[in-house]
Amino acid sequence: MYGNAQIDIKEKSKSLIEGEDPVKLAEFEARIIRGEKIEPKDWMPKAYRNQLIRMIEQHAHSEIIGALPEGTWITRAPGFRRKLALMAKVQDEVGHGQLLYSAAETLGKTRESMINDLINGKSKYSNVFNYPALTWGDTAIIAWLIDAGAIINQVTNSKGSYGPYCRALERICSEESFHLKYGHDNVVYLATGTAQQRELVQDALTRWWQPIMHFHGPPDKVSEHTEILMKWKVKMATNDEMRQRFLDEYVPKIWDLGLTIPDPNLKKNESTGQWEYTEPDWEEFKRVINGGGPCNKERLQVRRWAEERGAWVRRALMKPEQKYTVPLA
Amino acid sequence: MEYIDPRVNRMELPANDDGKEIIESLEEWETYEVFHQKKRGEQHIHVGIVHAANPEIALLMAKEAFGRRRQTANLWVVKTSAVTATDYEDQDIFETTPEKTYREASDYYCMDRIRKYQEEHGIEDRKEERRKKKEVRVK
Repeated sequence: MYGNAQIDIKEKSKSLIEGEDPVKLAEFEARIIRGEKIEPKDWMPKAYRNQLIRMIEQHAHSEIIGALPEGTWITRAPGFRRKLALMAKVQDEVGHGQLLYSAAETLGKTRESMINDLINGKSKYSNVFNYPALTWGDTAIIAWLIDAGAIINQVTNSKGSYGPYCRALERICSEESFHLKYGHDNVVYLATGTAQQRELVQDALTRWWQPIMHFHGPPDKVSEHTEILMKWKVKMATNDEMRQRFLDEYVPKIWDLGLTIPDPNLKKNESTGQWEYTEPDWEEFKRVINGGGPCNKERLQVRRWAEERGAWVRRALMKPEQKYTVPLA
Repeated sequence: MEYIDPRVNRMELPANDDGKEIIESLEEWETYEVFHQKKRGEQHIHVGIVHAANPEIALLMAKEAFGRRRQTANLWVVKTSAVTATDYEDQDIFETTPEKTYREASDYYCMDRIRKYQEEHGIEDRKEERRKKKEVRVK
């Protein structure tokens, strides 16, 4: 489950290609134009490496943290089948984290330092997981619509240029399709149920609409940096393009159930083919991503608790002759 | 603070902001490359990596990460450090491979010569015969 890359470009250089060997850079860019995948040991510009580490790492953290709001509902899921399905989903998300950490590691950052950066708040993860899942309705909306947004992002990114990331995403997408179906099934069950059940799911939708609109990130600023990242197939679509794809596919499905989306301005402009909507509160988005959301503190505390509690097991199994090797692919 | 999650309320959560590195270097152990075989008799294919303290744990992690959902007959794990690989930089060592067409079945065609010989010597072409055989088979 992950939105679009929060590529906040902090490269100090004026240009992402400053100081790069022009011949190697030209060869590299030609390979990407030919549709070749870049592999871990290939030459790559520093900015390409850094942006990918940041992006894949954030994606991995999102999977791990994303397991928390849903994981807390396993014991409270109504019925045995839903408990089993939710357990499988949560286990999938953690597995996705593993796949993604591995992909990021191939670029040279160790898994230990990624986890340390997560726990110490240096790395980001998807903003939506800083909100609580208050009711069973929330878990249904998360499993359907947040995962739907993530699939749109992940399918798009799986066409990118970095081999290990693309391969991880392909596997992830095939598992996410179950999450989407499971989530849809839960929403439909509630929406077509008793008045109380309908109210439960409608409330959840109302609560989650703004985080869902935040999910793919703020509109991209047009800059030379963004253009280069798109040329390198690090970023595959703008945040707004992803949001449009999401709205186009899912708003009709939400309306099919007679649910109300809390945005009176939401409609498709038939002449442009684009969805029009009220911009969500991007100040709120910034505030939450910088630690001010309702659950930021709790999420990291739980992670830290788990790492500290498990440390003795991991350390007991360490051997002095072990040495780290960067994974191959 | 009272959390929404009852489980979280039962935990004694640690302070958040001492900034210390809580995972030591190599605490996630070594990496193993994972090879997955779908059915008996098929090839094992590289699917990714896992971190593990020893090969047995690596197999367990590989089962969870790569034997989950998809059909699986067998898994291998190999320490990454034990793998020796060619370098993509040395691509030129494979360059002659597609040039040596005399090793390809598709590089051999002599039907033109046979037809020409048949025409010159009045030998009937079996093409028609073959076509009829095929029709019978289809029926």
